[in-house]
Amino acid sequence: MASQEMEQLVRREYKEGFVTDIESDTLPPGLDEGTIAFISKKKGEPEWMLEWRLEAYRKWLKMTPPSWAHLDYPPIDYQAISYFSAPKRPEDRPQSLDEVDPKLLETYEKLGIPLHERAALAGVAVDAVFDSVSVTTTFKEKLYEAGVIFCSISEAVKDYPELVKQYLGSVVPVTDNYFAALNSAVFTDGSFVFVPKGVTCPMELSTYFRINAANTGQFERTLIICEEGAQVSYLEGCTAPMRDENQLHAAVVELVALDDAYIKYSTVQNWYPGDEDGKGGIYNFVTKRGDCRGDRSRISWTQVETGSAITWKYPSCVLRGKESIGEFYSVAVTNGRQQADTGTKMIHIGEGTRSSIISKGISAGRSNQSYRGLVKIGPRAKGARNFTQCDSLLIGDQCGAHTFPYQEIGNSTATVEHEATTSKIGEDQLFYCQSRGISEEDAVSMIVNGFCKDVFQELPMEFAVEAEALLSVTLEGSVG
Amino acid sequence: MSDVTSEVQTFLDRLAERSARRREAQGQEPTWIAARRQAGAARFEALGFPTRRDEAWKYTDVRAIARGDFALAEDAEFSPAAAAALTLPLDAYRLTFVDGLFSAALSQLDGLPDGVTVTPLSRALEENHEAVGGPLGRLTGVEFSPFSALNTAFVEEGAVVRLAPGTVVEKPIILQFLSRAGERAVMSHPRILVEAGGRSEATLVEHHVGEEAAANFTNLVAEVIVDRGAHLTHYKLQEAPLSDLHVASIHVEQGRDSTYTSFNLNLGGGLVRTDLISDLNGQNATSNFYGLFYGQGRQHVDSHTVANHNAPHTFSNENYKGILDDRAHGVFNGRVVVKRDSQKIEGFQSNANLLLSDRAEIDAKPELEIYADDVKCSHGTTTGQLDPEAIYALRARGIDEQTARGLLTLAFAGEVLEAVGLDAIAERVELAVAGKLPERFNLAGLVEAAVALGDE
Repeated sequence: MASQEMEQLVRREYKEGFVTDIESDTLPPGLDEGTIAFISKKKGEPEWMLEWRLEAYRKWLKMTPPSWAHLDYPPIDYQAISYFSAPKRPEDRPQSLDEVDPKLLETYEKLGIPLHERAALAGVAVDAVFDSVSVTTTFKEKLYEAGVIFCSISEAVKDYPELVKQYLGSVVPVTDNYFAALNSAVFTDGSFVFVPKGVTCPMELSTYFRINAANTGQFERTLIICEEGAQVSYLEGCTAPMRDENQLHAAVVELVALDDAYIKYSTVQNWYPGDEDGKGGIYNFVTKRGDCRGDRSRISWTQVETGSAITWKYPSCVLRGKESIGEFYSVAVTNGRQQADTGTKMIHIGEGTRSSIISKGISAGRSNQSYRGLVKIGPRAKGARNFTQCDSLLIGDQCGAHTFPYQEIGNSTATVEHEATTSKIGEDQLFYCQSRGISEEDAVSMIVNGFCKDVFQELPMEFAVEAEALLSVTLEGSVG
Repeated sequence: MSDVTSEVQTFLDRLAERSARRREAQGQEPTWIAARRQAGAARFEALGFPTRRDEAWKYTDVRAIARGDFALAEDAEFSPAAAAALTLPLDAYRLTFVDGLFSAALSQLDGLPDGVTVTPLSRALEENHEAVGGPLGRLTGVEFSPFSALNTAFVEEGAVVRLAPGTVVEKPIILQFLSRAGERAVMSHPRILVEAGGRSEATLVEHHVGEEAAANFTNLVAEVIVDRGAHLTHYKLQEAPLSDLHVASIHVEQGRDSTYTSFNLNLGGGLVRTDLISDLNGQNATSNFYGLFYGQGRQHVDSHTVANHNAPHTFSNENYKGILDDRAHGVFNGRVVVKRDSQKIEGFQSNANLLLSDRAEIDAKPELEIYADDVKCSHGTTTGQLDPEAIYALRARGIDEQTARGLLTLAFAGEVLEAVGLDAIAERVELAVAGKLPERFNLAGLVEAAVALGDE
């Protein structure tokens, strides 16, 4: 490829970096009990919720940030972050898409997420989180008919306090880790899904997160509960505008699956990764955990991680119920100076539990990427089974790819397998493609897509298309 | 004062006693030794014993060592008949140590070819302490671990093996460490230095064995330099008594075109921790790590390996097999590190574990840390049980289930044993594994029959 063209590609600005000019009701930077009280009051929360937050905050103060990850970043000043930002007119929520602020729609349009189209054609209900407050929820009625509750977590706190009380923090305890504690104290919004017994959610549920106001950390809290025999597929996708200062994102996602329930959680994460010198970019510290409480329950995590300056994320499954299943499919792509330390934990507690982990990591540029996973088989997990495959692809000689799989096996009837490979795109592979008239860039894209196929086929259709596009955008200009 | 400090203090007190006595007997030590001893003691005091909060010791609890009160052996008495029974039936040169002290009576160095020196450390220091001072501590400094610091503080005895360039030693060199059962548990801190000159070739056997009732603590540090084009095979046959505590680190530095092959065969010991680190510093250097650990009862066997690919065109192969029975606990941590710009690397790592009992536990962590792109690295680890179909296949041929299980276990270990070049060692391990299997029966007989068949 011509070097000039390459230059252009490498220098290409972040396509989705723009700021929508909407006035935000933003809290000045800083964090103390007053901040938490403000957030809680602003959201009209009951007393118990505020207590819960304050309790988490007090515990957080005594904790220290984790340092074991293979990541390098300056200490975060938690007092320099603003903890609340909501679009104006919180009381005056639009009831349908037509009432939505055209500027907001335009934003989504630019992101290539036509809400109209998506909602109507794909039959997806979208709970769009613009900054911290859910702005619009569509198809609510249809879901209501089926008995599915799909709303923002703040609404859930008001409307279904019993459910929230019962499940919030039951999968990821407040003191689970530093970032989970912080999230518990200051979470602003997120989604709440409740699928009652025997119901298969009639459509895929989806949320688009978007960090907008400058200096605003986002602290999403998502809670999904599937009762006996219920099923749901949940999609989460993210993009963020260009910023100079690092933005902190510390989300918590909790999934609960009772007997025979199935939760599928898919993520496409494309936050701003910082410029070529590593300036700016999102710090993404996420705690995601699913609890297979019931027998034969199943939780499946699929993620495509292409963005963020720093990713610290380990979607996990606690396989408590007999014969429950945990799955983890991941594609992580890092370029520039991105750093990612991601993986999963599969905790086998119940008899006959099974888990599979497929992780594909692609590092390019000066990025560093680590797979960190834990497979733990408890003494009661008779006949537990795990298969792990994690492959890394290196593009360029300045990047790094690392694998840190932990296996703790305390049961002789368990079968645990782990395979990992690290390689680069073979010159013979490239030559084979190029000799058939395929350009180098396209050949790389094809090979990388083939490398990730096992994961992409787990994604819902429209997400898979988006993921493939994202992948090639992220890797553009990294080969030559 | 916390508990840890008092534990550390016990060891520091012992060190002070020893140093005072040494001064009385031998006068002032060379300054460099005294300085390193001091540095080791200071480092150990600062670090204390590792706890399970330390990543490198996450699965290994060393409180049994920390809480122990170990004396230092006073003499190297050992019944020659008993020693002969414990000695490997190999035609070899041998240095024997009893509880860490050199025993000239039990050693055998006759006919050592020119260009090879095999000397106890104490004698090497007497003869020319400066020649030892250079390499000692260069690869394994006091920073490496609290145990290496402790070893440096106590350093006194061990072995120095030097191969002049181009020397080929046909017979293996055995370093035998005997552990005695006595009224008081003792500790020893052997230090091994191996300098294999350019294009030299040798086989080194480190053999740890002892009286059944012994319950001593061995804290060994080995530093191995394999120069350009040299080939060194290093067997570590660890058959220490079941109450022995054993911590060892082996640090290898490899030059261009060199080969270092390690066999880490762990059968004995109550608590065993081995760190094996190889620095591949020259092009076309190869490290081969083979390992086998067999744990039963409440044995705890921890193997940590690191292959540092510091130069391009370097290769590492690793194959570790673990068999765990009863309440044994196995730990495997293998790491392949490829430095920036170390291109054209191949690093393979494989670890397979067999759990024979419900209460046995294995913690495996195969790591890859890669900073270059033109590499082929892979690792795999599996843990499971014997294949029921294989057992069925054997049973269908008239072999009873327990024998079938024993044979399959032996076959599982076979993959590593096949690579063992010294038959005496391979047979010994096979018999040990066969004899240790819960189904004793006629397996040993089967093995002997197979060996006899092979001989014919």
